Amino acid sequence: MKPQSSCVRIQKEWDIVGARHVARDMAKELGFGIVDQARIATAVSELARNIYLYAKSGQIIFEKIDTMESKGLSIIAIDSGPGIADIGQVMQDGYSTSGGLGAGLPGVKRLMDEFVIQSEMGKGTKITTKKLVR
Amino acid sequence: MDSKFKGIVVENSETIVEMWLEEVARLKEANRTATISDDMYDNTNREFVEVIFTSIKNQGAIKAVETFSEKIISLGWPLSYITDGLQVFRRVTINFILSQSDSMDTDSITNVLSSVDRWVEPIIRVLVNEYTGNWENIVSLQRVALQELSAPLIPVIEGITIMPLIGTIDTDRAKLIMESLLQGVITHNSEVVLIDITGVPVVDTMVAHHLIQAAEAVRLIGAKCILVGIRPEIAQTIVNLGIDLTNFPTKSSLKKGFMAALEMTNRKVTDVTPCEDNIGDLIESLKGE
Repeated sequence: MKPQSSCVRIQKEWDIVGARHVARDMAKELGFGIVDQARIATAVSELARNIYLYAKSGQIIFEKIDTMESKGLSIIAIDSGPGIADIGQVMQDGYSTSGGLGAGLPGVKRLMDEFVIQSEMGKGTKITTKKLVR
Repeated sequence: MDSKFKGIVVENSETIVEMWLEEVARLKEANRTATISDDMYDNTNREFVEVIFTSIKNQGAIKAVETFSEKIISLGWPLSYITDGLQVFRRVTINFILSQSDSMDTDSITNVLSSVDRWVEPIIRVLVNEYTGNWENIVSLQRVALQELSAPLIPVIEGITIMPLIGTIDTDRAKLIMESLLQGVITHNSEVVLIDITGVPVVDTMVAHHLIQAAEAVRLIGAKCILVGIRPEIAQTIVNLGIDLTNFPTKSSLKKGFMAALEMTNRKVTDVTPCEDNIGDLIESLKGE
Protein backbone atom coordinates (compact mmCIF):
# COMPACT_ATOMS: atom_id res chain seq x y z
CA MET A 1 0.00 0.00 0.00
CA LYS A 2 1.43 3.32 -1.05
CA PRO A 3 1.14 6.22 1.38
CA GLN A 4 -2.05 8.25 1.08
CA SER A 5 -0.37 11.48 1.97
CA SER A 6 3.08 12.95 2.14
CA CYS A 7 4.68 16.15 3.26
CA VAL A 8 7.62 17.99 1.71
CA ARG A 9 9.49 20.71 3.56
CA ILE A 10 10.56 23.69 1.47
CA GLN A 11 13.72 25.41 2.66
CA LYS A 12 16.14 25.40 -0.25
CA GLU A 13 15.59 26.05 -3.91
CA TRP A 14 16.22 22.37 -4.66
CA ASP A 15 13.32 21.38 -2.39
CA ILE A 16 11.06 22.75 -5.11
CA VAL A 17 12.31 20.01 -7.40
CA GLY A 18 11.68 17.44 -4.68
CA ALA A 19 8.11 18.66 -4.17
CA ARG A 20 7.51 18.54 -7.88
CA HIS A 21 8.71 14.94 -8.08
CA VAL A 22 6.41 13.86 -5.27
CA ALA A 23 3.51 15.64 -6.98
CA ARG A 24 4.20 14.03 -10.31
CA ASP A 25 4.59 10.55 -8.84
CA MET A 26 1.35 10.83 -6.88
CA ALA A 27 -0.49 12.23 -9.89
CA LYS A 28 0.76 9.36 -12.01
CA GLU A 29 -0.37 6.80 -9.43
CA LEU A 30 -3.81 8.37 -9.26
CA GLY A 31 -4.17 7.99 -13.00
CA PHE A 32 -3.99 11.60 -14.12
CA GLY A 33 -3.22 12.14 -17.80
CA ILE A 34 0.05 13.61 -19.02
CA VAL A 35 -1.39 17.10 -19.37
CA ASP A 36 -2.88 17.05 -15.87
CA GLN A 37 0.40 15.69 -14.48
CA ALA A 38 2.18 18.65 -16.03
CA ARG A 39 -0.48 21.00 -14.64
CA ILE A 40 -0.12 19.60 -11.15
CA ALA A 41 3.68 19.68 -11.30
CA THR A 42 3.61 23.27 -12.50
CA ALA A 43 1.14 24.33 -9.81
CA VAL A 44 3.27 22.69 -7.11
CA SER A 45 6.32 24.38 -8.57
CA GLU A 46 4.60 27.77 -8.29
CA LEU A 47 3.40 27.16 -4.74
CA ALA A 48 6.79 25.87 -3.61
CA ARG A 49 8.57 28.77 -5.23
CA ASN A 50 6.28 31.23 -3.51
CA ILE A 51 7.13 29.64 -0.18
CA TYR A 52 10.84 29.74 -0.98
CA LEU A 53 10.77 33.33 -2.25
CA TYR A 54 8.49 35.02 0.26
CA ALA A 55 8.25 32.90 3.39
CA LYS A 56 11.75 31.26 3.25
CA SER A 57 10.41 28.01 4.69
CA GLY A 58 7.20 26.08 4.81
CA GLN A 59 5.72 22.82 3.72
CA ILE A 60 3.56 21.28 1.07
CA ILE A 61 1.22 18.47 2.00
CA PHE A 62 -0.08 16.09 -0.64
CA GLU A 63 -3.18 14.03 0.06
CA LYS A 64 -4.86 11.52 -2.15
CA ILE A 65 -8.61 11.91 -2.45
CA ASP A 66 -10.19 8.56 -3.08
CA THR A 67 -13.89 8.43 -2.26
CA MET A 68 -17.01 7.13 -3.95
CA GLU A 69 -17.77 10.47 -5.55
CA SER A 70 -14.36 11.76 -6.49
CA LYS A 71 -10.76 10.83 -6.97
CA GLY A 72 -7.94 13.28 -7.09
CA LEU A 73 -5.08 15.01 -5.38
CA SER A 74 -5.25 17.69 -2.75
CA ILE A 75 -2.27 19.97 -2.30
CA ILE A 76 -1.89 22.19 0.74
CA ALA A 77 0.90 24.76 0.94
CA ILE A 78 1.48 26.16 4.40
CA ASP A 79 4.02 28.71 5.54
CA SER A 80 4.43 31.00 8.50
CA GLY A 81 5.84 33.85 6.49
CA PRO A 82 4.85 37.52 6.39
CA GLY A 83 1.39 36.84 4.95
CA ILE A 84 -0.36 38.57 2.09
CA ALA A 85 -1.77 42.05 2.66
CA ASP A 86 -4.23 42.18 -0.20
CA ILE A 87 -5.31 38.83 -1.54
CA GLY A 88 -7.41 40.44 -4.26
CA GLN A 89 -4.27 42.11 -5.59
CA VAL A 90 -2.08 38.99 -5.71
CA MET A 91 -4.81 37.13 -7.55
CA GLN A 92 -4.64 39.68 -10.35
CA ASP A 93 -2.59 38.76 -13.39
CA GLY A 94 0.61 40.68 -13.69
CA TYR A 95 0.97 41.73 -10.07
CA SER A 96 4.33 40.84 -8.60
CA THR A 97 6.45 42.19 -5.78
CA SER A 98 9.57 40.32 -6.84
CA GLY A 99 9.89 41.44 -10.44
CA GLY A 100 8.46 38.19 -11.76
CA LEU A 101 5.68 37.72 -14.25
CA GLY A 102 2.96 37.93 -11.62
CA ALA A 103 1.20 34.91 -13.06
CA GLY A 104 1.94 32.48 -10.22
CA LEU A 105 -1.11 32.41 -7.98
CA PRO A 106 -3.75 33.27 -10.59
CA GLY A 107 -2.03 30.68 -12.78
CA VAL A 108 -2.28 28.02 -10.09
CA LYS A 109 -5.97 28.81 -9.73
CA ARG A 110 -6.47 28.20 -13.43
CA LEU A 111 -4.34 25.05 -13.43
CA MET A 112 -6.27 23.43 -10.60
CA ASP A 113 -9.96 22.68 -10.00
CA GLU A 114 -10.33 24.13 -6.52
CA PHE A 115 -8.35 26.93 -4.96
CA VAL A 116 -8.69 28.44 -1.49
CA ILE A 117 -6.28 30.96 -0.07
CA GLN A 118 -6.16 32.10 3.54
CA SER A 119 -3.60 34.54 4.80
CA GLU A 120 -3.03 36.61 7.87
CA MET A 121 -0.45 39.37 8.13
CA GLY A 122 2.49 38.28 10.24
CA LYS A 123 1.07 34.79 10.73
CA GLY A 124 1.44 33.09 7.37
CA THR A 125 -0.41 31.77 4.41
CA LYS A 126 -2.30 28.58 3.68
CA ILE A 127 -3.29 27.63 0.17
CA THR A 128 -5.48 24.60 -0.43
CA THR A 129 -5.94 23.32 -3.96
CA LYS A 130 -7.45 20.24 -5.50
CA LYS A 131 -7.34 18.53 -8.83
CA LEU A 132 -9.81 15.78 -9.64
CA VAL A 133 -9.33 12.88 -12.01
CA ARG A 134 -11.81 13.03 -14.82
CA MET B 1 45.89 5.56 35.54
CA ASP B 2 45.50 5.58 31.79
CA SER B 3 48.33 3.14 31.19
CA LYS B 4 46.96 0.83 33.86
CA PHE B 5 43.58 0.67 32.10
CA LYS B 6 45.33 0.23 28.82
CA GLY B 7 47.23 -2.67 30.32
CA ILE B 8 43.99 -4.30 31.45
CA VAL B 9 42.39 -3.86 28.04
CA VAL B 10 45.38 -5.07 26.04
CA GLU B 11 45.91 -8.07 28.29
CA ASN B 12 42.29 -9.10 28.06
CA SER B 13 41.88 -8.05 24.48
CA GLU B 14 40.58 -11.46 23.47
CA THR B 15 37.72 -11.38 25.97
CA ILE B 16 36.80 -7.84 24.99
CA VAL B 17 36.95 -8.67 21.30
CA GLU B 18 34.64 -11.64 21.85
CA MET B 19 32.17 -9.50 23.78
CA TRP B 20 32.35 -6.77 21.16
CA LEU B 21 31.86 -9.16 18.25
CA GLU B 22 28.83 -10.65 19.94
CA GLU B 23 27.22 -7.24 20.47
CA VAL B 24 28.04 -5.94 17.01
CA ALA B 25 26.68 -9.07 15.35
CA ARG B 26 23.39 -8.32 17.04
CA LEU B 27 23.40 -4.82 15.52
CA LYS B 28 23.50 -6.15 12.00
CA GLU B 29 19.73 -5.88 11.46
CA ALA B 30 19.41 -2.36 12.82
CA ASN B 31 22.39 -1.06 10.88
CA ARG B 32 21.03 -1.35 7.35
CA THR B 33 23.82 -3.84 6.78
CA ALA B 34 21.46 -6.82 6.74
CA THR B 35 22.13 -7.55 3.07
CA ILE B 36 25.84 -8.15 3.67
CA SER B 37 26.89 -11.78 3.90
CA ASP B 38 27.71 -13.09 7.38
CA ASP B 39 31.28 -14.01 6.45
CA MET B 40 32.00 -10.57 5.08
CA TYR B 41 30.43 -8.91 8.09
CA ASP B 42 32.40 -11.08 10.47
CA ASN B 43 35.72 -10.47 8.70
CA THR B 44 35.20 -6.73 8.61
CA ASN B 45 34.24 -6.72 12.27
CA ARG B 46 37.48 -8.49 13.16
CA GLU B 47 39.46 -6.04 11.10
CA PHE B 48 37.63 -3.15 12.72
CA VAL B 49 38.39 -4.31 16.24
CA GLU B 50 42.03 -4.91 15.28
CA VAL B 51 42.23 -1.32 14.03
CA ILE B 52 40.72 -0.09 17.30
CA PHE B 53 43.32 -2.01 19.30
CA THR B 54 46.29 -0.87 17.20
CA SER B 55 45.03 2.66 17.61
CA ILE B 56 44.85 2.25 21.39
CA LYS B 57 48.27 0.63 21.62
CA ASN B 58 49.98 3.24 19.44
CA GLN B 59 47.96 6.15 20.81
CA GLY B 60 46.14 6.86 17.58
CA ALA B 61 47.38 4.90 14.58
CA ILE B 62 45.98 7.33 12.01
CA LYS B 63 47.30 5.38 9.03
CA ALA B 64 45.57 2.12 9.96
CA VAL B 65 42.30 3.91 10.72
CA GLU B 66 42.43 5.76 7.41
CA THR B 67 43.04 2.59 5.45
CA PHE B 68 40.17 0.91 7.23
CA SER B 69 37.76 3.81 6.66
CA GLU B 70 38.68 3.88 2.98
CA LYS B 71 37.81 0.22 2.77
CA ILE B 72 34.45 0.74 4.50
CA ILE B 73 33.65 3.70 2.25
CA SER B 74 34.47 1.76 -0.89
CA LEU B 75 32.27 -1.07 0.38
CA GLY B 76 29.53 1.54 0.77
CA TRP B 77 28.64 0.64 4.34
CA PRO B 78 26.70 3.21 6.35
CA LEU B 79 28.46 5.57 8.72
CA SER B 80 26.28 4.24 11.50
CA TYR B 81 28.18 0.93 11.29
CA ILE B 82 31.31 2.73 12.43
CA THR B 83 29.72 4.96 15.06
CA ASP B 84 27.70 2.07 16.49
CA GLY B 85 30.75 -0.16 16.49
CA LEU B 86 32.78 2.37 18.44
CA GLN B 87 29.90 3.04 20.80
CA VAL B 88 29.63 -0.67 21.53
CA PHE B 89 33.39 -0.87 22.01
CA ARG B 90 33.21 1.96 24.52
CA ARG B 91 30.41 0.32 26.45
CA VAL B 92 32.03 -3.12 26.47
CA THR B 93 35.44 -1.80 27.47
CA ILE B 94 34.12 0.39 30.27
CA ASN B 95 32.04 -2.45 31.64
CA PHE B 96 35.02 -4.77 31.47
CA ILE B 97 37.46 -2.42 33.19
CA LEU B 98 34.93 -1.64 35.91
CA SER B 99 34.32 -5.33 36.50
CA GLN B 100 38.08 -5.88 36.87
CA SER B 101 38.83 -2.99 39.19
CA ASP B 102 38.14 -3.33 42.89
CA SER B 103 37.44 0.29 43.80
CA MET B 104 34.05 1.53 42.69
CA ASP B 105 34.09 5.16 43.84
CA THR B 106 33.11 8.02 41.59
CA ASP B 107 36.68 9.09 40.91
CA SER B 108 37.83 5.80 39.48
CA ILE B 109 34.71 5.52 37.33
CA THR B 110 35.31 9.00 35.96
CA ASN B 111 38.90 8.03 35.23
CA VAL B 112 37.84 4.93 33.35
CA LEU B 113 35.27 6.86 31.35
CA SER B 114 37.65 9.64 30.37
CA SER B 115 40.51 7.32 29.38
CA VAL B 116 38.29 5.13 27.23
CA ASP B 117 36.84 8.25 25.64
CA ARG B 118 40.33 9.47 24.88
CA TRP B 119 41.11 6.22 23.06
CA VAL B 120 37.94 6.24 21.03
CA GLU B 121 37.80 9.93 20.16
CA PRO B 122 40.68 10.09 17.63
CA ILE B 123 39.29 7.04 15.83
CA ILE B 124 35.83 8.61 15.57
CA ARG B 125 37.33 11.87 14.37
CA VAL B 126 39.36 10.25 11.61
CA LEU B 127 36.56 7.99 10.46
CA VAL B 128 33.86 10.67 10.42
CA ASN B 129 36.20 13.09 8.69
CA GLU B 130 37.03 10.53 6.04
CA TYR B 131 33.35 9.82 5.51
CA THR B 132 32.16 13.41 5.29
CA GLY B 133 35.20 14.34 3.20
CA ASN B 134 34.24 11.61 0.80
CA TRP B 135 30.65 12.88 0.59
CA GLU B 136 31.70 16.49 0.15
CA ASN B 137 34.03 15.40 -2.58
CA ILE B 138 31.24 13.58 -4.40
CA VAL B 139 28.84 16.51 -4.00
CA SER B 140 31.34 19.03 -5.34
CA LEU B 141 32.26 16.75 -8.25
CA GLN B 142 28.61 16.38 -9.11
CA ARG B 143 28.07 20.10 -8.89
CA VAL B 144 30.89 20.62 -11.37
CA ALA B 145 29.48 17.90 -13.61
CA LEU B 146 26.07 19.52 -13.45
CA GLN B 147 27.51 22.89 -14.29
CA GLU B 148 29.22 21.45 -17.32
CA LEU B 149 25.88 20.15 -18.52
CA SER B 150 24.18 23.40 -17.65
CA ALA B 151 24.03 25.54 -20.74
CA PRO B 152 25.79 24.22 -23.81
CA LEU B 153 25.72 26.27 -26.94
CA ILE B 154 26.14 24.59 -30.29
CA PRO B 155 26.91 26.56 -33.44
CA VAL B 156 25.32 24.39 -36.14
CA ILE B 157 25.74 26.54 -39.21
CA GLU B 158 26.99 30.02 -39.95
CA GLY B 159 24.70 32.40 -38.08
CA ILE B 160 22.55 29.78 -36.34
CA THR B 161 23.22 28.50 -32.84
CA ILE B 162 21.28 25.99 -30.75
CA MET B 163 21.04 25.84 -26.97
CA PRO B 164 19.49 22.56 -25.83
CA LEU B 165 18.23 22.74 -22.25
CA ILE B 166 17.76 19.57 -20.23
CA GLY B 167 16.49 19.26 -16.69
CA THR B 168 15.33 21.64 -14.04
CA ILE B 169 16.13 25.31 -14.38
CA ASP B 170 16.83 27.07 -11.10
CA THR B 171 18.01 30.61 -10.46
CA ASP B 172 21.71 29.81 -10.71
CA ARG B 173 21.26 27.92 -13.92
CA ALA B 174 19.03 30.61 -15.40
CA LYS B 175 21.84 33.08 -14.79
CA LEU B 176 24.34 30.76 -16.43
CA ILE B 177 22.04 30.24 -19.41
CA MET B 178 21.70 33.97 -19.91
CA GLU B 179 25.45 34.52 -19.69
CA SER B 180 26.50 31.75 -22.03
CA LEU B 181 23.70 32.61 -24.44
CA LEU B 182 24.82 36.21 -24.80
CA GLN B 183 28.49 35.29 -24.84
CA GLY B 184 27.82 32.64 -27.48
CA VAL B 185 25.82 34.96 -29.70
CA ILE B 186 28.76 37.36 -29.75
CA THR B 187 31.54 34.77 -30.25
CA HIS B 188 29.73 32.72 -32.87
CA ASN B 189 28.33 35.81 -34.51
CA SER B 190 24.85 34.28 -34.53
CA GLU B 191 21.82 35.81 -36.12
CA VAL B 192 19.35 33.30 -34.77
CA VAL B 193 19.49 31.32 -31.53
CA LEU B 194 17.25 28.32 -30.98
CA ILE B 195 16.47 27.50 -27.36
CA ASP B 196 15.30 23.92 -27.15
CA ILE B 197 13.23 23.09 -24.05
CA THR B 198 12.30 19.51 -24.95
CA GLY B 199 14.18 18.27 -21.89
CA VAL B 200 12.80 20.77 -19.40
CA PRO B 201 10.24 18.89 -17.29
CA VAL B 202 8.23 21.84 -16.01
CA VAL B 203 7.87 25.35 -17.34
CA ASP B 204 6.52 27.49 -14.53
CA THR B 205 6.36 31.27 -14.34
CA MET B 206 9.94 31.55 -13.13
CA VAL B 207 11.38 29.46 -15.97
CA ALA B 208 9.21 31.34 -18.49
CA HIS B 209 10.29 34.63 -17.00
CA HIS B 210 13.96 33.74 -17.34
CA LEU B 211 13.47 32.56 -20.92
CA ILE B 212 11.65 35.76 -21.82
CA GLN B 213 14.41 37.83 -20.26
CA ALA B 214 17.08 35.85 -22.10
CA ALA B 215 15.24 36.32 -25.40
CA GLU B 216 14.88 40.03 -24.73
CA ALA B 217 18.60 40.34 -24.00
CA VAL B 218 19.44 38.42 -27.18
CA ARG B 219 17.17 40.79 -29.12
CA LEU B 220 19.03 43.75 -27.65
CA ILE B 221 22.34 42.54 -29.03
CA GLY B 222 20.80 42.18 -32.46
CA ALA B 223 20.00 38.50 -32.76
CA LYS B 224 16.73 36.60 -32.77
CA CYS B 225 15.57 33.91 -30.41
CA ILE B 226 13.24 31.04 -31.26
CA LEU B 227 11.85 28.83 -28.53
CA VAL B 228 11.56 25.26 -29.75
CA GLY B 229 10.59 21.88 -28.33
CA ILE B 230 7.38 22.95 -26.64
CA ARG B 231 5.52 19.76 -25.84
CA PRO B 232 1.69 19.85 -25.99
CA GLU B 233 1.29 19.55 -22.21
CA ILE B 234 3.78 22.36 -21.67
CA ALA B 235 1.90 24.51 -24.16
CA GLN B 236 -1.29 23.94 -22.19
CA THR B 237 0.25 24.80 -18.85
CA ILE B 238 1.78 27.95 -20.32
CA VAL B 239 -1.68 29.00 -21.54
CA ASN B 240 -3.23 28.14 -18.16
CA LEU B 241 -0.63 30.18 -16.35
CA GLY B 242 -1.44 33.08 -18.63
CA ILE B 243 2.16 33.62 -19.73
CA ASP B 244 2.40 35.93 -22.70
CA LEU B 245 4.88 34.63 -25.26
CA THR B 246 3.52 36.58 -28.23
CA ASN B 247 6.77 38.49 -28.69
CA PHE B 248 8.70 35.26 -28.73
CA PRO B 249 8.62 33.12 -31.90
CA THR B 250 7.99 29.50 -30.93
CA LYS B 251 8.02 26.18 -32.74
CA SER B 252 7.01 22.69 -31.68
CA SER B 253 10.21 20.96 -32.68
CA LEU B 254 13.86 21.72 -33.19
CA LYS B 255 13.52 20.70 -36.84
CA LYS B 256 10.80 23.26 -37.54
CA GLY B 257 12.70 25.87 -35.60
CA PHE B 258 15.82 25.20 -37.63
CA MET B 259 13.87 25.55 -40.88
CA ALA B 260 12.45 28.85 -39.67
CA ALA B 261 15.94 29.99 -38.71
CA LEU B 262 17.24 29.13 -42.19
CA GLU B 263 14.41 31.13 -43.69
CA MET B 264 15.25 34.09 -41.45
CA THR B 265 18.84 33.98 -42.69
CA ASN B 266 17.67 33.69 -46.31
CA ARG B 267 18.67 30.11 -46.83
CA LYS B 268 16.87 26.88 -47.52
CA VAL B 269 17.55 23.19 -47.68
CA THR B 270 17.36 21.63 -51.12
CA ASP B 271 17.69 18.00 -52.09
CA VAL B 272 20.70 17.18 -54.18
CA THR B 273 19.12 15.16 -56.99
CA PRO B 274 21.49 13.65 -59.47
CA CYS B 275 20.55 15.12 -62.86
CA GLU B 276 20.61 11.86 -64.77
CA ASP B 277 18.94 13.32 -67.83
CA ASN B 278 21.76 15.74 -68.34
CA ILE B 279 24.33 12.99 -68.02
CA GLY B 280 22.31 10.93 -70.46
CA ASP B 281 22.29 13.82 -72.93
CA LEU B 282 25.99 14.27 -72.47
CA ILE B 283 26.67 10.63 -73.23
CA GLU B 284 24.41 10.82 -76.26
CA SER B 285 26.18 13.88 -77.54
CA LEU B 286 29.56 12.23 -76.94
CA LYS B 287 28.46 9.23 -78.95
CA GLY B 288 27.58 11.57 -81.78
CA GLU B 289 31.09 12.92 -81.92
